Amino acid sequence: MKNAVGRDIPDELLVNGKEVYQGKNYMDGKYIQKAAPKTRRYETPQESKLVGSLKEALEQCGAKSGMTFSFHHHLRDGDFVVNMVMKAAIEELGLEDLTIAASSLGNAHDPIAAYIEEGKVVGIQTSGIRGRMGEVVSAGKLKTPAIIRSHGGRPRAIEGGEVHIDIAFIAAPTSDCVGNCRGIGGKSNCGSMGYAMTDAKYADHVVVVTDCLVDFPNMPASVEAIDVDAVVVVDSIGNPKKIASAAARISQNPRDLMMAENVAKVIAATPYFKDGFSFQTGVGGPSLAANLFLEQYMDERGIKMGWAIGGICGPMVELLKKGKVGKVIDVQDFDLDAVNSINQTPGHYEMSASQYANPANKGAFVNKLDFVVLAALEIDTGFNVNVLTGSDGVLRGAPGGHPDTAAGSKVCIIVTPLTRGRMATVCEHVVTVTTPGDCVDVLVTDYGIAVNPLRPDLIECLDKAGIPHVTIESLKEKAYSLVGRPDDLQWEDKVVAVLEARDGTILDVVRKIKPYDPEN
Amino acid sequence: MIPRPKPERFRLRRTMMFMNAQKPGLIKDAYIYGCDSIMLDLEDAVAENQKDAARFSLYHALKTIDYGDTEVIVRINGLDTPHWQEDIRVCVAGGADGIRIAKCESAQDVKTVEDAVEAAEKEFGVEVGRTLLMAALESPKGILNAYEICAASDRMLGVAISGGDFRKCMQTKPQRDGVDMLTARGMMLIAARAAGVQCFDTVFTDLDDMEGFEAEVRQNKAMGFDGKSLINPKQIRLVHQIFAPTEKEVTQAEKIVRAYKEQAAAGVGVFTVDGKMIDIAFIPGAERTLRLARACGMYEGDLV
Repeated sequence: MKNAVGRDIPDELLVNGKEVYQGKNYMDGKYIQKAAPKTRRYETPQESKLVGSLKEALEQCGAKSGMTFSFHHHLRDGDFVVNMVMKAAIEELGLEDLTIAASSLGNAHDPIAAYIEEGKVVGIQTSGIRGRMGEVVSAGKLKTPAIIRSHGGRPRAIEGGEVHIDIAFIAAPTSDCVGNCRGIGGKSNCGSMGYAMTDAKYADHVVVVTDCLVDFPNMPASVEAIDVDAVVVVDSIGNPKKIASAAARISQNPRDLMMAENVAKVIAATPYFKDGFSFQTGVGGPSLAANLFLEQYMDERGIKMGWAIGGICGPMVELLKKGKVGKVIDVQDFDLDAVNSINQTPGHYEMSASQYANPANKGAFVNKLDFVVLAALEIDTGFNVNVLTGSDGVLRGAPGGHPDTAAGSKVCIIVTPLTRGRMATVCEHVVTVTTPGDCVDVLVTDYGIAVNPLRPDLIECLDKAGIPHVTIESLKEKAYSLVGRPDDLQWEDKVVAVLEARDGTILDVVRKIKPYDPEN
Repeated sequence: MIPRPKPERFRLRRTMMFMNAQKPGLIKDAYIYGCDSIMLDLEDAVAENQKDAARFSLYHALKTIDYGDTEVIVRINGLDTPHWQEDIRVCVAGGADGIRIAKCESAQDVKTVEDAVEAAEKEFGVEVGRTLLMAALESPKGILNAYEICAASDRMLGVAISGGDFRKCMQTKPQRDGVDMLTARGMMLIAARAAGVQCFDTVFTDLDDMEGFEAEVRQNKAMGFDGKSLINPKQIRLVHQIFAPTEKEVTQAEKIVRAYKEQAAAGVGVFTVDGKMIDIAFIPGAERTLRLARACGMYEGDLV
C-alpha cells in the first residue's frame, strides 16, 4: 500500500494495527495505552546492589533466550557496553534469539554483526545503524527486519508497549552502589543521559554498568536508584576520546561558511526571528557554523535566543555563557565543553528523549521549536530527506532527532552541499524517506536556496528580504548536470529494515540490495 | 563546450578572487561565492614543474564549466619565464575573458602580450580583440610607468598593484594605516583614471585579521579603487558591503539620472536637483552608482 510520501509498504507489515504514513500530525488527539513494566519489589533494605559481573547481573534479572535488551548511545563511538553485555549473554550464558533495542548503534558495535550472522541476535531496534552491522542487515542476515525509529519515536514505542524491554543496560559514567547514575564526574563522561531515562522507567529490569563508583547519593541523578536492580562495575565503559570530541570547532571551509551564512540570512528574514526565539542545530560543518552568523544577526537586531535544545556542543554553551541564549536544554552532548557544562552552567539543563521529541506525549520541546537546522544525505524534489541509507542502498546512518525536530519546528532548514563527490545530494527520489517532505521547509545548498511550495509564507519572507531562491527541481537538474544521473538501485523483495515515522506509522522500508552487476 | 558572452571591458569588478588553476576542487564552481571576477592563477600558486598540468586543468575548466556572469581572468606567468606564450594560447583557446599580465613594467610589455594574444585569437578562430588584458604592477618601475601601461592597448580593462613584490622592492612591510603603499596606490589610481581604465588594490593576506582587512577595504573605497583582489571567499561579503552605495546615494543618483533624461529631452543642459546644480558631468558618476546599487540588490529600476 502506498503511503503519503509515495512509498509502497508491503501489506504483510500492516498487521496489529500498523498503518502506513498518512501525513504530519495524523495521530493527534488519539489515545495511547501506556505499558507499565513488571518490576521486582526490593522491600528489605539493601546496603548495595553491586554484583560481581555482567553474567551475575544477567542471571539475577532472569535473562533468557528471546529477550529484548536495551541500551543508550551516549557513549557514541566510544561505547564498550553493548558489546560487553552481548558477549556475556551469548558467550557466557549461551543465550540466543536476542533483540537489541538501542537508542542508536554505530561503528563501535561491529562485533555485533557476527552475532547477527550466527543467528544469536535476531532483532535490532535502533535509530542509527552503521558499519559492519549496517552491511549485514542490508545483506538480509538479520532474522527479522530491523526497526528504525527517530529519537522521539523510540520513547513513544517504549511507552506504548510496542517495544517491551526485558532488561535495560545503562552505561553510566558514575553511579553509586544502588544505581543513582550521572553522566559526569567519572572517567568516561558523556554529560546528558537523556536517551536512557525512558528505558529505566519502562524496563522490567535495569542494570547499571559503570567504571566509576562514587559515594551514595550520586545527585542529581539522571537515572534513579528506584528503578535499578543491579550495579556492575567494569574496568572501562568506553573510550573517552570517542565519547566526546575535545571541542566542536566551527568549520573554516568557505563552502560551509557560505551555506551557514545563508541559513542565518533565511532565519533572520522570518517573523519568528524575534527576541526569545528558539533554535536547534546539528554539529555538521555548515549547521554548526550557522551559530556564528546567527549571533551576528542577533547582535544587529539587539535580540537574544530564548532557548536552545538538542544535541549540544561548545559553541551553544558559549552563547549561553555570554548571555545570548536564556536556557539550553540538553538530551545529548557532543563535545567536552558541553559535557562539562551540563547542570553546571546556570541555565544548562538535562532532558529525556521523551521530553525532547516524543510525538505521543502531551507536548515535547520540539513542538515549541522555532528553527531547526539539519543536514541530509539526500533530499528529493518532494523535500523528502534521507539520512539513513547510502547511495548504494546500504544502511549507514540514523534519523536521530531529524524527523522530530523537522515536524515540530516552525521552520526546518536543511543545509547540504549540492553534490558530494560523484553523488547528487538533491535528487529525483531519495533512496529511503526518513523525514517526510511535509515537515521540511527550506533547503540551503552551495548552489542556491529552495523553499518548499507548502510554505508560501516563507517564500514571501525571502522575497521581501531580497534573498534569491530557486525551485528544488532546478537544483536537482544542476546537480545532475554536474555529476550525472545515477542508475536506479536494484533491490530484492526482502525487507531488511522498516522505517517508522515518528508517530509509529510506516514511512518506508529498506530492502535487500542486489549485488552490483556491471553487465546489467 | 560552454559559450561565454563577449567580455565587457568595463563592468563591475569589486572582487577578484585568486585561485590556483591546478586545483579542480577550487575552480570547478568558484562562482558560487558571488565574487565579480575569478582570477585563475598559473603563476605563483603553481609549482615550476606543474605549469603544464595547471594549463591542462585550466583549459578543461574553461571549456566545461559554466561560470555564468562571473568574469574569468587568468594570471599568466611573467614575460621573463618560458611559460607565458603557452599560457596565452591556452587562455585564448579556452575562451578566458581576460589575461592578467604579471610583473608588468612598460607599455611594451602590454604590447608584447597583446601581439601574442592576437596571434592566438587568429590561431584558434576567436574574434580578434575579444580577450581583455589587465596589468599587475609589482615594481617601482611599473608604478612609474603606470600611465603608459594603462594606455597601451584598447584591450586594457585596468591595473592592479601587487603588494607582496612591491613592498619587497620598497623595503617595507604592510602598515596598519597603509602608509607603506599610499604613494604607489595614489600614483596608480591617477594613471588609471587619466587613461580611463579601472584600478584594483592588492590582496590582504592575514585571513584572521578581519579588522585590518576592513580598514584596508575602507581606505580602498575612500581612495577611489574599483575593487580588490582576494584570496578567500570569506573576504567577499565585506568588500561588497563596503563598496555598496548608501541608500541616500542611490536615491540621489536616481533623481539625477531621471532629471537629466527628462531635461535633455526638453533641450535643457543645466538644471537643479534638490537645490544643487547638475549638468552632464554628473551623469557618469550617478549611473555608476546605480549600476553598483543594482549589483548590490539595492536598485531595481530601469535607468541603467
